[in-house]
Amino acid sequence: MKKTKILGWSALLLIFVAAFAMGFTAATEHNLEDGYEVGDVAADFSLKNVDGTMVSLSDFDSAKGFLVIFTCNTCPYAQAYEDRIIALDANYKQQGVPIIAINPNDPSAKPGDSFAKMKERAINKGFSFPYLIDEGQNIYPQYGATRTPQVFLLEKTAKGNVVKYIGAIDDNYQDASQVDEKFVENAVDAMLAGNEINPKTTKAIGCGIK
Amino acid sequence: MYDDLWCFTKYLIDKFLLKTGKVNYECYFSACKSMIMNKLLIFGFVITIFFSCSEKKKEDKELAETADQEVIAKENNTTTDVKFPIYDFDGLEPMLHKDDGKTYIINFWATWCKPCIEEMPYFERVYAEQKDNNVEVILVSLDMPNMWKTQLEPYVENKEIQSKVVILDDPKQNDWISKVSEKWGGAIPATLIYNKDNRTFYERGFTYEELNKELNKFIK
Repeated sequence: MKKTKILGWSALLLIFVAAFAMGFTAATEHNLEDGYEVGDVAADFSLKNVDGTMVSLSDFDSAKGFLVIFTCNTCPYAQAYEDRIIALDANYKQQGVPIIAINPNDPSAKPGDSFAKMKERAINKGFSFPYLIDEGQNIYPQYGATRTPQVFLLEKTAKGNVVKYIGAIDDNYQDASQVDEKFVENAVDAMLAGNEINPKTTKAIGCGIK
Repeated sequence: MYDDLWCFTKYLIDKFLLKTGKVNYECYFSACKSMIMNKLLIFGFVITIFFSCSEKKKEDKELAETADQEVIAKENNTTTDVKFPIYDFDGLEPMLHKDDGKTYIINFWATWCKPCIEEMPYFERVYAEQKDNNVEVILVSLDMPNMWKTQLEPYVENKEIQSKVVILDDPKQNDWISKVSEKWGGAIPATLIYNKDNRTFYERGFTYEELNKELNKFIK
């Protein structure tokens, strides 16, 4: 009798542990659907540039890759990085890795990020790269962007544009001269040289996308 | 981590849909609720395991030691007259691991962050209602140094903020964001609620009801 009881209890415990483990697996599987991870193939898009033209990744025949940067007019962190983004474009466009900047914010929620204001900003700062509006906000959730500024480095390969790095531009938003690690530069250089990128992801404080 | 990101992204999308009148707000919260409940179940299980072995005591002791370390404000010559303590992450970290029986609500915010400002009254209200119930609210400002005098101080003064305000000034964000929570991608508002038994991180904004509901899981 006692033996049956113990058996019953162990069976119950086993069921609990199994349910627990299954819960974990389910949660992990779900995670994969949320935006890109390094190694994923990124979708192309067709978004309106500040000059009125539509821009897609497929327009850049000779590109070896792309620095897709979700950024905006209004976020202080995005502003702090503007000059560094311009410098990155100047350096890497000629090496075949142009910058594609995308403003993911909804202008009705953030009037400072309207298309008209984007145009103004692009002209005033002399943006040398496309500055696109994510009209309808379909692209940033696909990429899994959560904040501005956030960089996705893509490498053009036979199977598509593969995500190579996700994260911050460097490790010091406050002062470009105090930067110890230039994450994006190191990542692009490693990609172009065919070396392993390290780190592949970094974190930074940014403005939540609205 | 991606559950939270998903939740946060969903929240943003729903908020947008809400604005356009396509959904009501409950839609977002019920989805998040089930996720958070799920997490708490798992967490509860882990905690039970902890209690059943002696590891728990050892960990508590370690946490207590961290908390005992003296908190040293970061020296900053140009801004010595700012009214709030300024920390780098090493200075702030003990506040995220206190083991004194209180429940701590640590909110990461900035004056330029609109959703942070929107939820600020709820943190203040919860603090006013719960401070006698062993609840502490610490508002960790991520305002940039040039905003401390021009934006942060005036905001806290004008709104008569009662919760404790501290400044986190540590540009090496990639080094410390994960130390707050592995789940944190870096967007604000973000909030950590913890006491000696439980700890949950939220990369999202709160309404008063939502904040209360989460807090109630920590206070008996």
